[in-house]
Amino acid sequence: MDAKPAQFHLPPLPYAYHALEPHISRQIMELHHTKHHQTYITNLNAALQTQATAMSTSDLATQISLRAAITFNGGGHINHSLFWLNMAPASSPDTKTSSAPTLTEAIIRKWGGEKEFKDAFSKALLGIQGSGWGWLVKQEGAKESSLTIVITKDQDPVVGAGQVPVLGIDMWEHAYYLQYLNGKAAYVENIWNVINWKVAEERYLGAQADAFKVLKASM
Amino acid sequence: MSATLLRASTLRAALRAAPVASSKRAGLVGATFVRGKATLPDLPYDYGALEPAISGKIMELHHKMHHNTYVNSYNQAAEKMAEAQSKEDIKAQIALLPLINFHGGGHINHTLFWENLAPTSQGGGKPPSGALAKAIDDGYGSLDTLKEKFNTALAGIQGSGWAWLVQDTQTGKIAIKTYANQDPVVGQFRPLLGIDAWEHAYYLDYQNRKAEYFKAVWNVVNWKAAEKRFQ
Repeated sequence: MDAKPAQFHLPPLPYAYHALEPHISRQIMELHHTKHHQTYITNLNAALQTQATAMSTSDLATQISLRAAITFNGGGHINHSLFWLNMAPASSPDTKTSSAPTLTEAIIRKWGGEKEFKDAFSKALLGIQGSGWGWLVKQEGAKESSLTIVITKDQDPVVGAGQVPVLGIDMWEHAYYLQYLNGKAAYVENIWNVINWKVAEERYLGAQADAFKVLKASM
Repeated sequence: MSATLLRASTLRAALRAAPVASSKRAGLVGATFVRGKATLPDLPYDYGALEPAISGKIMELHHKMHHNTYVNSYNQAAEKMAEAQSKEDIKAQIALLPLINFHGGGHINHTLFWENLAPTSQGGGKPPSGALAKAIDDGYGSLDTLKEKFNTALAGIQGSGWAWLVQDTQTGKIAIKTYANQDPVVGQFRPLLGIDAWEHAYYLDYQNRKAEYFKAVWNVVNWKAAEKRFQ
């Protein structure tokens, strides 16, 4: 008899599809959420079902062969779930860095200033060769100097021991192409207008498990 | 990138380094470098000629903006590489390799890709003939089966990348291989036919429905270009 793994579901956005305009268009947000994110979830659930069957029959080869699909689709689900919460309408007070006093202080200590941090993050994003993400990552239990900018390829998630993904930016072309075409530098420049610093502060003050709560909620 | 490809290929003109008029002074040592620059090749058809499979807007952006950025960025990296070589700075040379691979690969891949496509009025979609057709039948049973397996390979790319029909230079056999990002087909394998699976290659027309792009692109595949590369 097959074991039935938990099924993941698409988490609702905490704002309307058009709410990030003009920085990210409604069309992009709707496709990105209802199509791209949903496809990762659909494929993740299928891979987890196959894995459950393989585990119940002690089929080790199949279990190992599923790793790439689980990393890719599970990573896609994790990354997008975190990403939606990293953004807010530009009119919201949450998009001001004053909503993240502790994190901002740590950023200034590490990079010298908010602008210097944004410049370094933007440069890292524009240096990605192919599809991937840029993350601001905190190491749990370490001092605030542990803040680092991390680039991950494709849908590799930030899930290392004690790593807290504070802020993530999607650099797949589907995240900006319909609006910005090949002008990805403009996308990177504009997305700072819709970053939810309140959420970044909460993640910075919390543990890895706190950041990943959104995933449990979508099961 | 092998010299053989340059000599043997009809893409010689496109990928050939053109002599550059200006040379760059190399700072303190005062040596000058004169080297060829990669240039954006012209398309052998109009931007709109592949419609409806690929829109004119996609072709124009893809050629004039994306490919051109690879050309410019490759030239910048190659310039830095020449300086590092003249200074015998091995660390700097190694640090530049990812940029050479990415932008140089982007230039190679797109140059081959444009040749791989043709409007139906210029043979696009017309099945291969001769030795390549026989190799496809021997290896895959039929052209349809090859397309099916090729599309499965394209759909399985996790991120940006390409799928290629390649020829093993050691055995002469053909195979379908996928490559990440702009990694070019070099070394043991010879590129015959490549399909770009980066989102910028289809997103304006097909959005997330990439399977539709993979299906439609065969209507404008120029098998004659693949036949010329096949040895």
